[in-house]
Amino acid sequence: MALSKKTEKCVFTFESTADAMNMEKHCKECAIAGRIIPVPTSITAGCGLAWCADIIEKENILKFIEEKAIKYEGVYSVFLR
Amino acid sequence: MIYFDNSATSLVKPESVYAAVLDAMKTFGGSGRGAHNAAMNAARCIFEAREEISLFFNGYGANNTVFTQNATEALNIAIFGTVKKGSHVITTENEHNSVLRPLFYLEDKGDITLSVVNGNKNGVIDPKDVEKEINDKTSLVVCNHVSNVTGNKIDIFSVGEICKKHSVPFIVDASQSAGVFHIDMRKNNISVLCFTGHKSLLGPQGTGGLCVKDGFYIDPFKQGGSGVQSFKRTQPENMPERLEAGTLNGHGIAGLLAGIRYIKNYGIGNIFEKEKHIAKMFYDGVKDFKNVKIYGDFSSWDRGAVVGINIGDIDSAVISDILNTEFDICTRAGAHCAPLVHKHFNTENQGIVRFSFSHFNTEYEIKKAIDAIYELNELYEKGEI
Ligand SMILES: Cc1ncc(COP(=O)(O)O)c(C=O)c1O
Repeated sequence: MALSKKTEKCVFTFESTADAMNMEKHCKECAIAGRIIPVPTSITAGCGLAWCADIIEKENILKFIEEKAIKYEGVYSVFLR
Repeated sequence: MIYFDNSATSLVKPESVYAAVLDAMKTFGGSGRGAHNAAMNAARCIFEAREEISLFFNGYGANNTVFTQNATEALNIAIFGTVKKGSHVITTENEHNSVLRPLFYLEDKGDITLSVVNGNKNGVIDPKDVEKEINDKTSLVVCNHVSNVTGNKIDIFSVGEICKKHSVPFIVDASQSAGVFHIDMRKNNISVLCFTGHKSLLGPQGTGGLCVKDGFYIDPFKQGGSGVQSFKRTQPENMPERLEAGTLNGHGIAGLLAGIRYIKNYGIGNIFEKEKHIAKMFYDGVKDFKNVKIYGDFSSWDRGAVVGINIGDIDSAVISDILNTEFDICTRAGAHCAPLVHKHFNTENQGIVRFSFSHFNTEYEIKKAIDAIYELNELYEKGEI
């Protein structure tokens, strides 16, 4: 098995599981890039689920979050695959 | 999909559990809410479940078997309903937040003083260390039977003997052991046994309860409809209604009853042996990989079927995510709601990747998991994770 290369990602965290699920629902509906991952332990977050996408998507997603008034906790840059 | 997150909740249930829930949904009225056939279908089933569960744990009869949503609710009822203001409580560092948070809350409020007993290097609690903490003010000992992070088992018989000797009530959290280990309330001098239905009892989520020693008084946690003594201003005194305000999850309880009956038929000893075989096979398969670290005491297999690991210094969330995305293997990463266990093993930052097994898991699945860990170990060696 070869894992894909680590690249810079933007990781959105949430205070609650419900907030993370709300994010996934909205992103899926609007074909926004990314997926749910277990929150990297280097990040302190309320909820164990995070939304992870390529770093180039960050501004896009932030705009989307604002448009849809999606509740999130923080956004981090992390090298992940 | 290979499912190794049975300590969170069991995914595969016996066919009889699915059937019982569906049948209940089609035939149950509200238990205790009327004497018509539909209400009686529910009432009879719930009563049977009380009897079956009481027998299962050698408890104190149907009236002393109380249903709740899960173990967390049961533990909250047991702790808040018995703790005496100004008293002292003993617990252990192996506990889940469903025990720790109620106790920390009471401690912070100034209602109790708290002693937390530490385990040895591998996290095993010595009952003698529980006894050392007992003083004149001690009004409660609360501990789990099996840890959800390491699978370590505490000797509840010895703790029960100590509690008996000092006349201290003993609450046991059987979330990770009920359905795999014989638990005898009387033999182990347990005052309140808290269980959850959706793990190794193989029932649906939203089920759980507490078995209470006869005459052991617990203050009600909530007040409301009980189906009995409707003109009484406050919650009826009689058990189990005292602790069960609101319509019960009859559909779920029907499934839980089917789960427990399945366990009885299969043989609890057979379930234990099968889980042990599966867990041991995994442990033996990964323990010698150079960078794999395993947490807990594996000197005896009289333990839960849980193997918590890490690979080198890699974040447990990363390993768990690769297992999911590349191998279709479900494990849990992170902190497992048991903060003091992570403090003990110094894994607060890394977390632990937990593999927790069921007797439904197969040798084939274990081989797949060992191969996956082998590959991840190789990648780690090459610096590719
Ligand atoms: C040891 C232990 N206690 C209590 C609980 C709480 O169980 P539940 O989430 O069903 O309330 C769990 C499981 O999450 C557990 O592992």
